[in-house]
Amino acid sequence: MDRQLTETGVDLLLSDPWRGFTGGAWQNGINVRDFILRNVTPYTGDGAFLAGPSDTTSALWATVTDLLKQERASTGGVLDADTGVFSSITSHAPGYIDRSLEIILGLQTDKPLKRALMPFGGWRMVKNGLEAYGRTPAPMLEEVFPRLRKTHNDGVFDVYTDEMLRCRKSGVITGLPDAYGRGRIIGDYRRLALYGAERLIGEKKEQYDSLALDRMDEEALRLREEISDQIRALHDLVVMAASYGFDVGRPAATAREAVQWTYLAYLAAVKEANGAAMSLGRVSSFLDIYIARDLAEGTLSEGEAQELIDQFVIKLRMVRFLRTPEYDQLFSGDPTWVTECVGGMAEDGRTLVTQSSFRMLQTLHNLGPAPEPNLTVLWSERLPEGFKRFCAETSVKTCSIQYENDDLMRPYWGDDYGIACCVSAMRIGKQMQFFGARANLAKTLLYAINGGRDEVSGEQIAPAYAPITGDVLDFDEVLGRFEPMMDWLAKAYMNTLNAIHYMHDKYMYERLEMALHDRDVFRTMACGIAGLSVVADSLSAIRYATVSVVRDERGLATDFVIDGDFPAFGNNDARVDDIAVWVVQRFMAALRKQKAYRGATPTQSVLTITSNVVYGKKTGNTPDGRKAGQPFAPGANPMHGRDRKGAIASMASVAKLPYADAQDGISYTFTIVPGALGPTEGERVDNLVGMLDGYFAQGGHHINVNVFDRDTLLHAMDHPELYPQLTIRVSGYAVNFIKLTREQQLDVISRTFHDRH
Amino acid sequence: MNILSRSFGTATPAGVAGWIHSLESGGTADGPGVRFVVFFAGCPLHCLYCHNPDTQHMHDGSRTTSGAVLAEIEGVAGFLRHGHGGVTLSGGEPLVQPEFAAAILKGCRRLGLHTALDTSGFLGDHATDALLADVDLVLLDIKAFKEATYRRLTGAPLRPTLEFAERLSLMRKPIWLRYVLVPGLTDDATEIAGLAEFAAGLGTVERVDVLPFHKMGESKWRALGRPYQLYDTPPPTPEQTDRVRRIFRAEGLTVAG
Repeated sequence: MDRQLTETGVDLLLSDPWRGFTGGAWQNGINVRDFILRNVTPYTGDGAFLAGPSDTTSALWATVTDLLKQERASTGGVLDADTGVFSSITSHAPGYIDRSLEIILGLQTDKPLKRALMPFGGWRMVKNGLEAYGRTPAPMLEEVFPRLRKTHNDGVFDVYTDEMLRCRKSGVITGLPDAYGRGRIIGDYRRLALYGAERLIGEKKEQYDSLALDRMDEEALRLREEISDQIRALHDLVVMAASYGFDVGRPAATAREAVQWTYLAYLAAVKEANGAAMSLGRVSSFLDIYIARDLAEGTLSEGEAQELIDQFVIKLRMVRFLRTPEYDQLFSGDPTWVTECVGGMAEDGRTLVTQSSFRMLQTLHNLGPAPEPNLTVLWSERLPEGFKRFCAETSVKTCSIQYENDDLMRPYWGDDYGIACCVSAMRIGKQMQFFGARANLAKTLLYAINGGRDEVSGEQIAPAYAPITGDVLDFDEVLGRFEPMMDWLAKAYMNTLNAIHYMHDKYMYERLEMALHDRDVFRTMACGIAGLSVVADSLSAIRYATVSVVRDERGLATDFVIDGDFPAFGNNDARVDDIAVWVVQRFMAALRKQKAYRGATPTQSVLTITSNVVYGKKTGNTPDGRKAGQPFAPGANPMHGRDRKGAIASMASVAKLPYADAQDGISYTFTIVPGALGPTEGERVDNLVGMLDGYFAQGGHHINVNVFDRDTLLHAMDHPELYPQLTIRVSGYAVNFIKLTREQQLDVISRTFHDRH
Repeated sequence: MNILSRSFGTATPAGVAGWIHSLESGGTADGPGVRFVVFFAGCPLHCLYCHNPDTQHMHDGSRTTSGAVLAEIEGVAGFLRHGHGGVTLSGGEPLVQPEFAAAILKGCRRLGLHTALDTSGFLGDHATDALLADVDLVLLDIKAFKEATYRRLTGAPLRPTLEFAERLSLMRKPIWLRYVLVPGLTDDATEIAGLAEFAAGLGTVERVDVLPFHKMGESKWRALGRPYQLYDTPPPTPEQTDRVRRIFRAEGLTVAG
């Protein structure tokens, strides 16, 4: 009797997965945003309703914690890796951690934390990666690459010009995605839950037919081929889901299915693409609609709702890729940038904060701090107070949240954008970017002084423009050389990126992620700059102090002697802040003049991730007094210790950098000791909320918030075993502090801590 | 777009000249919310536990003008409003330079910012009624309540501070009372009870901060090459601090922490 009732109940659920939803445009076409706006339940209360972890979740997390410990103890932090199977959506049998404890199913490979083989970015890198971690690739693979199958990396090096190779070698352009997956593409993973794969495949077939044009040119043919690949990827996704016992051909009918479907779509992406950043998008408030329906129907309790999110997040914390030690130097701490955006406002003025925005942040309390998923709060002055306070409280306790200015981005990207990687906003399912790493502007300034010769190697990298020959640097003269050098760099940089992305599309197309996009997407060519505060302070020193040049036997300016004081970026001093603003605007203007691959719109970021250390290592002495080899400040940060007027003056300087000229994001990492944030816990929360409101009202784009003592970090360096979950925010993402290289740990510790109290 | 033809920054505005030790744009310990703190140079007291001994001599500071300080404040005024904070004049002792202090306070008033004056009260008679009219809150540091203790601690008499407190009370000026607890020096329960009774009687004390003595100033004393008498004094235990907070609470006062 009972059994029959249950089965009938399930049938009813399946027969109408959209029961109770308000209909609209989303039913007739693929339009997740319309679905969210018609069905979302904004929440303006506080976190009192939240549940702790279920016993099942706690037991599962304990198992994972143990696995993570084993992983850290393994060579290079790699627990296990495939050596013979190319990873694809369907390459692996289902994998489990402990099936009896798992509510949300699915792993990248057949075992937890086992890294997959994704060779199409570059075979040599995969091979080096395996060998560095004590494994030998199957001999058969040596036959395949590159003789039978060319990779992205092979393609790029087939076309690189001498100039591109020179720039790459000298480090004036670094971190280029020419040997690894570019990432920063967000599939609209929600589409699988809302529509089911059959409907999505149907839409893709229509798109395919729409491209039977009178004149089949290269553009149309390329897109038709890509859509064919997308359709195959969706079919593969259905097969992979079936291996776990789920029929994703149909839409999700319950909250549990909605979470599971969304995760499976994301999982399919990370089974096949090893992009540097594999971001999730903006799923919390979408999933909330399903959770709210189940709660109202009485089929789900708050504890069970939290359990779904906790278990989803456990899976997201376990995404892994096989990297090389060289890659780890650039992007330290094994990041995957599973960036998830919570909060924000709708264009109609309602908040998009839901109870599930809280549930997502609650995972940091239930499971403890962690770098992934990269939880990103879209901040608006108009966010509900209760949510603001909950965010601040969670920041103070876990240092695991980054904040980005929704009021600033909404006019550009609408109210259904997500953040790829750290700071790159894009309309979900409608927009993608070609990730462009970054150019080293501090080195470019030295090239301007040295007539295009590299200050370290002495080689002629840039065109041989006239060098500066005087003994004292003159501001006007230096600028007169710096501008054409930036123009040259912008050209060389854009050409290089065009080569990379042409080949990436050709040899390593992200078919599943693009299957979860519209037919025609808006593309940006996301360039970036490193060393902004070094350049601004150098120009300030040249203008306001006396900077003499020291030349070596090669005639190269390799050192500088500064006589007198000069204002430094980070003190809210217009004399130098205006210079930093000008540098951003001037380089962007040069980029805008370039023609980008596939009609992409050039943008730039002021973001370094942890590559500020590598960039610094490759750059000689600079006119601001920074010594050769010393790290740059990360992202848009003032140089370590030069922001002397306190937290707010530092924020105010950064907030001046114009988002209009850095639409790929401006990253700022802020570190404060608890006592400097206020005497009591309540005051710390209030003050952090106030600082965030102030920073964003002033036009700041992004901020990482760290609240901890320098002593804690020093202690963690010596006793890593005591701090398995110590998470800190660095340029645009979070890392386990103990997973950073020692060099990077020291860099973090040397950064400005706001500690006056 | 051409940087060559642009001028950066603006000329320093004038106003009243003064000496400051430093500026802190994101303070949270000196008054409500997020605050801009102007640390004045110069102080008439010589407290044994001073944690900013480098601010004691006015001419060790740097010379500036009220206009320049106000320009700095204006640049972050948005933060201060959003942070439900304002501006605090601290030091050193702001009332060593009353005209300079008054000019800054007046300017803050024009910017619509909340103002706080962090003072020992010893120079209270330097504060004119006009100056105090531009002060929203006084952070009054009463370092001891017995003449002998006060003198031993600061080298100065207690009387002016208490008179200033009474004057503020008559003006209905809100006060946050601050009391630094130093074991063996300012931990006498009877003396503290006397202070608590006095504070409650003022009727305008909104909050009491009992600040546990800390040794963060020690290195500054060493750097200045001056003898520091509290090397062997331990910071109070949390229990000792709680006990003192209870004495203030017993008088019906609101005590933070």
